[in-house]
Amino acid sequence: MKKVFLAALLLPLFAQAADNFIFCTEGSPSSFNPQIVTDGTSMNASSQAIFNRLVEFKPGTTEVMPSLAESWTLSKDRKTYTFKLRKGVKFHANAAFTPTREFNANDVVYTFKTQLDPKHPLSIPAASYDYFKAMELDALISDVKKTDDYTVVFELKRPESPFLANLGMDFASVLSEEYAQSLIKSGKGLKTLETAPIGTGPFVFKSYQKDSTIKYTANPTYWKGKPKIENLIFVIVADSTVRTQKMKSGECHIMSEVQPQDIEALSKNPAVKIQNAAGLNVSYIAFNTEKKPFDNLKVREAISLALNKKSYLDVIYKAQGMAAKNPIPPTMWSYNNKTADSSYDVEKAKKLLAEAGHPNGFETELWTMPVARPYLPNGKKLGELVQADLAKIGVKVKLVTFDWPTYLEKSKKGDHAMIQFGWTGDNGDPDNFMNVMLGCAAVKAGSNYARWCHKEFDNLLQQAKEESAVAKRTSLYMKAQEIFAKEKPWYPVAHSKQNKVMSAKVQGYKISPLGNENFEAVSLSK
Amino acid sequence: MAILKGLLKVTGYFLFISLMSFSIIRLIPGDPALHIIGERGASEERVAEIRKNLGLDQPLPIQFLKFSANALVGNFGESTVSKQPVLSEFKVLWPATVELAFVALLWSSLVGLGLGMLAAVKRNSFWDYGAVSLSTLGFAMPIFWWGLIVIFFFSVKLGLFPVSGRIDVMFDIPYKTGFYFLDTLLSGQWDAFVSACKYVVLPAFVLGTVPLALIVRVSRASIIDVAEEDYVRTARSKGLPYKQILFKHIFKNALPQILTSIGLAMGQLLTGAILTETLFSWPGMGRWIIKSIEARDYPVVQAGVFYSMLIVIIVNWITDESVKIVSPKMRDQQRGG
Repeated sequence: MKKVFLAALLLPLFAQAADNFIFCTEGSPSSFNPQIVTDGTSMNASSQAIFNRLVEFKPGTTEVMPSLAESWTLSKDRKTYTFKLRKGVKFHANAAFTPTREFNANDVVYTFKTQLDPKHPLSIPAASYDYFKAMELDALISDVKKTDDYTVVFELKRPESPFLANLGMDFASVLSEEYAQSLIKSGKGLKTLETAPIGTGPFVFKSYQKDSTIKYTANPTYWKGKPKIENLIFVIVADSTVRTQKMKSGECHIMSEVQPQDIEALSKNPAVKIQNAAGLNVSYIAFNTEKKPFDNLKVREAISLALNKKSYLDVIYKAQGMAAKNPIPPTMWSYNNKTADSSYDVEKAKKLLAEAGHPNGFETELWTMPVARPYLPNGKKLGELVQADLAKIGVKVKLVTFDWPTYLEKSKKGDHAMIQFGWTGDNGDPDNFMNVMLGCAAVKAGSNYARWCHKEFDNLLQQAKEESAVAKRTSLYMKAQEIFAKEKPWYPVAHSKQNKVMSAKVQGYKISPLGNENFEAVSLSK
Repeated sequence: MAILKGLLKVTGYFLFISLMSFSIIRLIPGDPALHIIGERGASEERVAEIRKNLGLDQPLPIQFLKFSANALVGNFGESTVSKQPVLSEFKVLWPATVELAFVALLWSSLVGLGLGMLAAVKRNSFWDYGAVSLSTLGFAMPIFWWGLIVIFFFSVKLGLFPVSGRIDVMFDIPYKTGFYFLDTLLSGQWDAFVSACKYVVLPAFVLGTVPLALIVRVSRASIIDVAEEDYVRTARSKGLPYKQILFKHIFKNALPQILTSIGLAMGQLLTGAILTETLFSWPGMGRWIIKSIEARDYPVVQAGVFYSMLIVIIVNWITDESVKIVSPKMRDQQRGG
């Protein structure tokens, strides 16, 4: 017996079934209800795998295209959207629930009404629907109603151009009203939505082991056709070095969040291929413009001139990023290529600093990001480089950091002087970058870390938000970027590339600029 | 009277543990509501609303009373991150920690005891130095670095063991006890049992090197100590065979100290091995609690601290009791008292 057992131990390990597709992800999802999750890890595990939305983003782009809604029309006053829904779409079934009807307008109304109205009978008690509110849809939508089984009408309080793109976001995933009702009836409660999700999407949820695995099977009745992957498995591997090792040993077909320094070694491995695409992100150093001396434009200019952006890109991004000069990335429409980036000019920086009344420099703080993000893999390193650069013009920088929740809390209050931050877009709209991070309202909300409220800039953003013609919006955002370049509330650092490391066998994978992981069109070659 | 005294003691323990669990996480700055919001920011009203949903708007004493009253009946609330009952997550993660701790402790106790005895018997020889320095080396190596070397060598290069995880992804283990060694057998999946064994080897090996050094040193030292006692010398002068002396007299008397050191190690391992669990993607308690501290998930951290303190008390108590059983000295003292 003992011998048999030992022999079994030494058998080849990876007798993996050929129809298993393994995605090595970085963390456990917080929930499988896409309406209440706020982090990318959870969205990939819930909305991308299990659900559909009224509209979706064309793979690899931020272009909006039909999904559960086949078509839509917009009223003259641009406040009423009418969606025609797709017919013949089936919800998944699980051990406790078998749908008796196909997807229809009731599900859409239920999906949005519960998020709009906390008193709705199917609204989850104490769920705050954070993402829905963060996108301010609670203040935008006045009503959602069904006019017939396959027609839904959204009434808005004011015209808003990013609205359609918002409906393609994860929190807008369409849930089954019938399932929610059955959960109430059977006494299981709406909490079950978070552990036993039912959607219309490419994969059917099978099981979840916290910090270990999530398993799905292909949806045989998927309205786009059954996915080629039979079993989709998310394996949770927290440490990125270990994920890389697992990639090398063939235990993952695709992995999330590779470290820039591992890419070169991986690219030499013949069993592995690397795709990359521009990321929809930006990293920056914000000057707290409410505080001296950063209220003075000359000081902001001087510091921008003293920083050597090229060295940051070389050291931190290792050819996986490009220099940023605007708050939005170049892949986004309305990117202004004509704005000038600050050059690297130490002498001129010294001169400006003297003009600003600091001939001998000054002492200040730079807060460095305590967590690695795709847009900034190593905040501490960036801090050290900035510190060395600014020492050359006499500005003594003290590097400060806290753990992430504390960092957020203190920066929201405006305790910082200079601070590192960044952003990854939600829906591909420029409003989602500029208004979220530089609008006047964002000063109070805490996400305008420069605490910079510029009337003219803000007016342009608000006009662009209500305008519908893309050409008009583009020119407004272009103008806003000119003001940004002149006023320098930030020192923009970089837009990082997204790298996806996958087995050479993976076919049909497209990198989403929004950072989504969607495997509905992916297959494995033999 | 004795019952009353015992009751008072237990109440005291309970109040102390719950006060500690409640306050430790609240002493560090960082607002759970702001963590939920992230880089995006939110208005004051939204922050207040989220805080209210988390029950953080109430005064601290009320929060504490609620927490301890619930803890008394074993209700630790819901995780603010996953919104699931803390206990239901604990039920899944705890057996993983216990399983790993058990295997790690088993091999390190056996090997540690053996090496310790060898070192003591062959004192100041090559064997002695070898055993002691080897175990110290294992202890001194940073787990993360050490673990990566082990992974690189045994998994990536030799392909003997999987890099990380608890069982091959192809198996579905129905939850019965949560212990994979048991559940795989209970559901009749022999292959799954073998797979679980393969997956535990590397993490248990790496984790076990920490208590190993302690056990080697304590067993060596206590055997040497006892060997110099008068009664051992008497036995030797009487001409008893050395083997008999070693096991009958020396080892028996050295055992209490060795047991105490194993107990200490057990208390440590049972509260979750953060680094080993992270490195080997082992779905246990250590990582869960660390993640929850990062996210300021108060209910989980409270429960985690509560459990950790409780387990240390229980393990120490068990160790004390078993030492009393095996130690002739203490047994006699008890009898006398």
